[in-house]
Amino acid sequence: MAKGILGKKVGMTQVFTDNGELVPVTVIDVTPNVVMQIKTVENDGYNAVQLGFDDKREILSNKPEQGHAAKANTTPKRFIGEIRDAELGDDIKVGDEVKADVFSEGETVDVTGVTKGHGYQGNIHKDNQSRGPMAHGSRYHRRPGSLGAIINRVFKGMKLPGRMGNKTVTMQHLQVVKVDLDNNVLLIKGNVPGANKSYVTIKNSVKANTKKSLSKQHNK
Amino acid sequence: MRQNKLIEKITASQLRDDIPDFRAGDTVRVHAKIVEGSRERIQMFEGVVIKRHGAGISATYTVRKISNGVGVERTFPLHSPRVEKIDVLRHGRVRRAKLYYLRARIGKATRIAERRRNTGK
Repeated sequence: MAKGILGKKVGMTQVFTDNGELVPVTVIDVTPNVVMQIKTVENDGYNAVQLGFDDKREILSNKPEQGHAAKANTTPKRFIGEIRDAELGDDIKVGDEVKADVFSEGETVDVTGVTKGHGYQGNIHKDNQSRGPMAHGSRYHRRPGSLGAIINRVFKGMKLPGRMGNKTVTMQHLQVVKVDLDNNVLLIKGNVPGANKSYVTIKNSVKANTKKSLSKQHNK
Repeated sequence: MRQNKLIEKITASQLRDDIPDFRAGDTVRVHAKIVEGSRERIQMFEGVVIKRHGAGISATYTVRKISNGVGVERTFPLHSPRVEKIDVLRHGRVRRAKLYYLRARIGKATRIAERRRNTGK
């Protein structure tokens, strides 16, 4: 039971529900994905459907990419991803299109994206630590604090300054507010990882798919 | 603020076109729909618009009134379907876009001069 589609984060806005509540949504452009390859247990060791999203010019692609795209009778793609054990209809073939209507309104999904890079940051910004007193001779302003016992090494996983962001993050259990087939757009409640124009993968949620209509939820 | 074309297209159907032209300083009467249990009724909220904020579907306005000697401010989404209609009662002449200074004033000091407007079109 795995559905999925690839898309591009457009930005955030708000929409009104039927009973007039304003809901914050993220707009995700899901221009029809093309099935590039179907992987099977016999051939590849696992079942998956490989999807491609966002055309790119021939000149930006190399020969292997062109050959791979030619098998699906399409142009080379900028973003290619796999959906493991995909259930996108029984008779899905290479070259088929996958559209926004794989999901329905009210369904819950998991969205994977690469978060915004923040560069090299200290513990306070990166790990939500608090700073010490700035005055009265404290001499402990924004430091990481104790590194633990003196055993001539630092334990792994110690919170220390370093690169922040630019990580692949999945946000679970987000609600699909609207499926817009005319504009090839999915509206997902709340925010999703990544900057605008970044690529995201949308799969159905691993948590229980509690289908609840938006209006009912607000009437409680 | 310039909006993304696609976002504009998606929200266009929810925008209302029956919103009268009003600015900060104007006195308005907002006919807000209120749901009480299963019944729906309309409640008036009359006061001075102290700010307009945002663009597109996210645009809001804030109305301030004095109720039993207590200042009450309510912010409505401009395109909210829960607002039946907005009556513009009076156009005020003000020199700023956000009238936060009204919060510090009471009584006569909160008066706003009327603005003459050419509405004949």
